[in-house]
Amino acid sequence: MREKSVGTVKTEYFTFAKHPHELRLACGKLLGPITLAYETYGKLNKDKTNAILVEHALSGDSHAAGVYEGEKTSGWWDALIGPGKALDTEKYFVICSNVIGGCKGSTGPSSIDPKTGKPYGLDFPIITIADIVKAQTHLIDHLGIKKLLGVIGGSMGGMQVLQWVASYPERVASAIPIATAIKHSPQQIAFDEVGRQAIMADPAWCDGAYYEKLERPEKGLAVARMIGHITYMSDKSMEEKFSRRLKEKEYSFKFTADFEVEGYLRYRGDNFVKRFDANSYLYITKAMDYFDLSEGKLVPEGKHTDVRFLVIAFKSDWLYPSYQSQEIVRQLKIRGMDATYCEINSTYGHDAFLLEVEEETRLVKHFLDKTFYGYDVVKGRET
Amino acid sequence: MEFDSISLDHKIIYKIVDAGSKVLDLGCGTGELLFLLAKEKNVRAQGIEINDEAIYKCVERGLSVFHGDIDRGLSEYPNKSFDYVILNQTMQQAKKADFVIRESLRVGKKLIVGFPNFAYIKARTSLFFKGKTPITKALPYHWYDTPNLHFLTISDFKDYCKEKNIDILEERYLNGKGEVKFWPNLFALNAVFVLEKR
Repeated sequence: MREKSVGTVKTEYFTFAKHPHELRLACGKLLGPITLAYETYGKLNKDKTNAILVEHALSGDSHAAGVYEGEKTSGWWDALIGPGKALDTEKYFVICSNVIGGCKGSTGPSSIDPKTGKPYGLDFPIITIADIVKAQTHLIDHLGIKKLLGVIGGSMGGMQVLQWVASYPERVASAIPIATAIKHSPQQIAFDEVGRQAIMADPAWCDGAYYEKLERPEKGLAVARMIGHITYMSDKSMEEKFSRRLKEKEYSFKFTADFEVEGYLRYRGDNFVKRFDANSYLYITKAMDYFDLSEGKLVPEGKHTDVRFLVIAFKSDWLYPSYQSQEIVRQLKIRGMDATYCEINSTYGHDAFLLEVEEETRLVKHFLDKTFYGYDVVKGRET
Repeated sequence: MEFDSISLDHKIIYKIVDAGSKVLDLGCGTGELLFLLAKEKNVRAQGIEINDEAIYKCVERGLSVFHGDIDRGLSEYPNKSFDYVILNQTMQQAKKADFVIRESLRVGKKLIVGFPNFAYIKARTSLFFKGKTPITKALPYHWYDTPNLHFLTISDFKDYCKEKNIDILEERYLNGKGEVKFWPNLFALNAVFVLEKR
């Protein structure tokens, strides 16, 4: 049976932190007003207990499922969100919002700074994952939800999931961090830094003040994205996808893209600059690098919480290796918390969290059902 | 999943475990026993299992499970953090059986161990008369495809407990039909022990 889609969707906007109620950020600075772009799928129940917050990754946005009017491409996690899917919109109310610092409708460095009337550029304050989540609580309040049934996300989305538990444990019933880490490792920071250096080395970057110029740091951002894509794949998935196949019949003996893999990376890079802001890339990667909930910060000692956890890793993911997910579980076990850990056998590398739909569905669907209905529904399914 | 449909060793363990207690099942398989304990006896159940497919089954049952290898130890679990640790039909497949038992007795107040008896009469006759590696109901594998790494008898295990200062609180013996009372080292296919570290 082919599952249905959530259908046509629309992005909504919520603005808060207006003067004098600006949001205090981890860096000490104030930010406001703040707009969050978000989408919702399914219906919030009467008691408002069936809400699931979906957190997006570095280059993601609030368009997680369904299609926009007149468009064909569906949201980035459409395979997991919809009627009968892992996040079943017939049972649950699913929310996805674009992070602050982003460029897909939420307030970020390309937004207008109310003080100057011009885009923020580098005047935008440095943000952290905790700030991103703090901003989301205002949206959740706005929607009238006291406690989320679940928070789920992969990669940077997973960091936000962990941050929700660390900052607002009483507002989360269950957490599903996927292909993520309790802290960014030096290798992860290093890859981010190379990406940032590529952007900042582009003469068109102009210290971030390029918004009113003709040229944008597209070359730099494209290179950053190319590096990213290499880290999202695995050696095996690249072999399967490209091998050493050539675009033409023979070597060109020039520095053009001879190999398919080169063509792919260039295409991905060039495409990315059309939809993403270079400064947002700098700000968001910095937020990921600052992320560190190790050493008891995920669940502070003596602070009991009954959040249920489903932690998922992928075997071939070398950017966020499974030992990092196991470390999350280790921290939870030390605190005597309820956690399920599964390492999905996948060859897709880090990209697996977007691609291993069947396995993720099996895990997520049942885990959420158990959280929402308890063992009764489990029994119901058995008999 | 109902009580009647589970295997005899699971029934014995199910009855041993106190209602409302905290249980860690090492090598919990598809989670049949844990699910029943959680649902019917309100046990706070956790499992560790290495098999991919079994892990999915456990999650479908709503259980909390860790996908991993028990040979890597239980270092993240505090001392005596479980009322029972279950090591049923798993110990003989662990690379470092002694280490796994020690770790289990550290994190659990009591340890329930279940294992196949290599001194079962049919195993003895197979080896003695036919000169062949025994294949029994409890040891159903050929030498080339068995997951078992250790072959022990009830008598061996009792010696082990004595040597390591482990108290045997309860001992139960099973054949294919029911419990065995007489000469278990000869007539039992499987044994279930409840242990405690002195």
